[in-house]
Amino acid sequence: MDIVWYLVLSAFIFCIGAAGVLTRRSPLVVLICLELMLNAGNLALAAFARMTGTHDGQVFALIVMIVAAAEVVIGLGLIVAMYRSRLPMDVDEMSELRG
Amino acid sequence: MEAVVFFVAALLAVAGAAGVVLQRNPFYSVLSLVVHLIALAVLFLLLRAEFLAAAQVIVYAGAVMVLYVFVVAYVGGLEDALAEPNPTLRLLAPLFAVALLVELCVAIIGSGLKALDSEGPDLAAGFGSPSAIGELFLTKFLVAFEVVSLLLLIAAVGAVVLARREETT
Repeated sequence: MDIVWYLVLSAFIFCIGAAGVLTRRSPLVVLICLELMLNAGNLALAAFARMTGTHDGQVFALIVMIVAAAEVVIGLGLIVAMYRSRLPMDVDEMSELRG
Repeated sequence: MEAVVFFVAALLAVAGAAGVVLQRNPFYSVLSLVVHLIALAVLFLLLRAEFLAAAQVIVYAGAVMVLYVFVVAYVGGLEDALAEPNPTLRLLAPLFAVALLVELCVAIIGSGLKALDSEGPDLAAGFGSPSAIGELFLTKFLVAFEVVSLLLLIAAVGAVVLARREETT
């Protein structure tokens, strides 16, 4: 398969994730959609690693994976904290920080 | 053969991604994400990224998704309205996503990278193996490796602080 197929697939998955982040309202689902976008980036990185024939893209993808794990841990911690303090589970109503 | 595997995995990956966005119940969204992640691991194998595929299945589809399932079970399967109540946003969001896709495709197809239309160079047998990746992590990317391990430590401490019960403060 040509590399360009992988890149188009990655762009497609990225856009599905972006649409999810924009339309869904539950913070949990927004986090999952962010995960989709990060994975689309990982696929593109692996495809570029295959294109250049070096490992650099794969190492980069692994680091993205670790950063995504850190993001998930913090995001889920925030969701649990929101649930404990009985805040509404809706990203549109979480507007306390708005100026 | 490779094309068949690619299209099956790509179809599964897109179906999983669509399932994440279209399922009302967050629990089903998480399960769709697992399907998506495993399909991506197959694609990584096709790209000769063996270690990346193994890490994807073990770390992502295993550990991270268990975390998600626990939190969904804890918070409760909140049924989430699919439709945005704001009508302009409901119209604009998919439009934005389609515009983004068109833009990215134009960028990919119109790029001057000649190698995009090939299958990539022939690779040695050990390409993408754990030893090759590990050696790079400890030589060329040592600083990134250390910074990322520090980041994980900070995230773990932060999660404990965030999810701690209130009465202990």
